[in-house]
Amino acid sequence: MGADVSRELIARRIARELKGGEVVNLGIGTPTLVANYITPEMNITLHSENGFVGLGPAPAPGEEVPDLVNAGGQPVTVLPGACFFDTAMSFAIIRGGHIDVTVLGALEVDEEGSLANWWIPAKGGPGMGGGMDLVVGAKRVIVAMEHTRKDGTPKIVPRCTMPVTAKGEVDLIVTDMAVIEVTRDGLVLREVAPGVSVSDILARTAARLIVPDEVKEMVA
Amino acid sequence: MSKVKSIAEAVDLLHDGMTVMLPGFLGVGTPKALIDAICAKGIRDLTVIYNDGAFPDVGFGKLVRRGLVRKLIGTHIGTNPELVKLVAEKKIDLELYPQGTLVEKIRAAGAGLGGVLTPTGVGTAVEEGKTIMEIGGKTYLLELPLHADVALLYAHIGDTFGNLVYRRAARNFNPIMATAADLVIAEVANLVETGEIDPDHVMTPGIFVDVVVRGCE
Repeated sequence: MGADVSRELIARRIARELKGGEVVNLGIGTPTLVANYITPEMNITLHSENGFVGLGPAPAPGEEVPDLVNAGGQPVTVLPGACFFDTAMSFAIIRGGHIDVTVLGALEVDEEGSLANWWIPAKGGPGMGGGMDLVVGAKRVIVAMEHTRKDGTPKIVPRCTMPVTAKGEVDLIVTDMAVIEVTRDGLVLREVAPGVSVSDILARTAARLIVPDEVKEMVA
Repeated sequence: MSKVKSIAEAVDLLHDGMTVMLPGFLGVGTPKALIDAICAKGIRDLTVIYNDGAFPDVGFGKLVRRGLVRKLIGTHIGTNPELVKLVAEKKIDLELYPQGTLVEKIRAAGAGLGGVLTPTGVGTAVEEGKTIMEIGGKTYLLELPLHADVALLYAHIGDTFGNLVYRRAARNFNPIMATAADLVIAEVANLVETGEIDPDHVMTPGIFVDVVVRGCE
């Protein structure tokens, strides 16, 4: 599967997780693509941590609005009903539990639902930005990522080896190969992508996976 | 009484070694004319409180490229490879906070609070060296107030008394930083007479602002 195709699969599948009326924050990269599969009928409000709700699509070339970018610095638009606010309000919304779902990438996720998605800058990483607040504050945390690193080594591990963003906050992991739910008992394999077998998943996952009798095919 | 000064007069109030609050998110909401004037004058050894690394040729990135920054207190530097390199080489110190924590530290300083308790960072490297408190069965980190010598704001509209109106996503850290520095200088894209802004529309009260300079869009 090409990288673009697998990212689309992940984004489409995550869009199916969203419920009408929810307030959602989408991280940079694959999570941003989820917006492509949110229809107006879904009545989803997107939050942008740099200071607004009601995030809309990218403007047509030449129609960029001054001072209006998303959290990745890209020009965007806002939808009717949008409003702007300062950073303290933006993070009150985040930390205060007013975001229903946050979708973000990860470098590692472990059996306890801890995730690592930032690196210590002295070692060449960027810093945490708003990610730590989002993971701690949002009611539901969905990780969108490739199932393994480029060299095939697992990203879903027994225990994170990198600095963690938060402990035990992840609810669902959606990869190009599988949908995995974080439960009290551990990680449960819920769905596998078309053409992928349960044994493929087990071979590419370092964490212990609970495999129920019924594992569905991932529908995107 | 008008608080309006020229950019040159405003920058004369700054000196080497200052701690500077700079609002903005990837350069949006950062005063451009003041940054250019600081670069031209070469005010150095600055500790800058700013959210991110911006980009090498934008906003805070210009101060970095010009070699004026000793330390950044921020949340994310990944968009500025030049800054990432300088931090890795230990030529610029970096003090990192989660974004929601950084803004609350500033708000605490401006609001007269002794600190804030946040769940963000519990169980991570962020908690190292901090007081950890349990309240109502939940664990929090105590984060202390963060104050600066000067805050350099950017507003879309400002009056001669310093009442400010921000535009769209350029608001970000501006209203919070306005409250937490000894000296507050606001660069405004559109300067109007006092009384021209509807009091209901003022986003930062002019009482926080010491100096108003005319900037550009």
